[in-house]
Amino acid sequence: MLYDAGKILAGLAIFLVLVTAPIWWNVATGADAQAPELVMPQDQGGCVLPSGEMRASHMELLNDWRDLVVRDGDRIMITWDGREKRRSLTASCLGCHSDREKFCDRCHDYVGVTPYCWDCHITPIGGAS
Amino acid sequence: MSIDRRFFFKLAGLTALAAEVPGAGATPENSGKKGAGEAPKTTRWGIAIDLPLCHEHPDCRVCMEACNKGHNVPSIPDSRHEVKWIWKEKFSHAFPGQTGRYLSSELAEKPVMMLCNHCDAPACVGVCPTQATWKREDGVVMMDWHRCIGCRYCIAACPYGSRSFNWVDPRGYLKEQNADFPTRSTGVVEKCNLCEERLAENKPPLCVETCPYGAIHYGDLSKPDSPLRKLLDERFAIRRKPGLGTEPQVYYLV
Repeated sequence: MLYDAGKILAGLAIFLVLVTAPIWWNVATGADAQAPELVMPQDQGGCVLPSGEMRASHMELLNDWRDLVVRDGDRIMITWDGREKRRSLTASCLGCHSDREKFCDRCHDYVGVTPYCWDCHITPIGGAS
Repeated sequence: MSIDRRFFFKLAGLTALAAEVPGAGATPENSGKKGAGEAPKTTRWGIAIDLPLCHEHPDCRVCMEACNKGHNVPSIPDSRHEVKWIWKEKFSHAFPGQTGRYLSSELAEKPVMMLCNHCDAPACVGVCPTQATWKREDGVVMMDWHRCIGCRYCIAACPYGSRSFNWVDPRGYLKEQNADFPTRSTGVVEKCNLCEERLAENKPPLCVETCPYGAIHYGDLSKPDSPLRKLLDERFAIRRKPGLGTEPQVYYLV
């Protein structure tokens, strides 16, 4: 037999409600877990890697590009479908994904990361600042 | 298996013989032969500045402005925070020891264009704790701003004042931004990169290209027949503080 069963069960119920409150809150306000809508470039002939790979590992790719360009002066890469591209965040990435706010930032805001690329690299005119 | 004394000496003798046979291993003679006769494949970039020609136009700022614009170098009024890639300095400051009581005081006051000397033995590189700055094979003393932790050892080490620290966010001091080149952020050291981004495209550095009087020359110091080497053969040139042993590669034609 549980002593003070009423109080304990009531306490547990309150605890559960509080812990799961963020979920209920999202359900109630309709802001449930939806992937952010990204504006994709049109007619640019595809990304340097298949989009699945880009989604998963664009940060490693950008780090590799950074080291290859800055340290080895190796500026040109061949895309997975055989095109030549400059290893450049502003010229190549933002050349196609021209609206940074609707592509990079939307996803980064959603997952709560703040990359420091933009502390130095300038968003070309046409993109968001 | 155990080795007796006699067998050990036999083995040692054979090993010594094998080392003497030509082609058996990389002996110093072999590696020496390989390089002889061939022209060095690498380039060694250098700069020569024609001082008398530059002095004919004391108010000219074209090279500085082109460089600042091309590399997003901020113009910060507070001299404690200023950032410099190529700038003017009095001759007496650029060449301390080259002025004297009976030497022309007119020359001592004249401006000299100063920039990173892209030394052969750069003091800044040795002291950098993160290898954020290093000397490339083509002589450019490069910086990886991603890697700079802002310790400013290099600023202390450089005898030419070629390095600047970003005490404040440089973006607030840029009239216009060149999106093809990054800015720097607070807490990072920067300096002239000899326009390595242009050298990669076979273009001359901005100061060389934009000088309206052709007073700044660049070229390959490793090739004896390069125009720059010919120029240095023909005209007397001085370097800043050569006695410090950093082997600066910016030459001033006098």
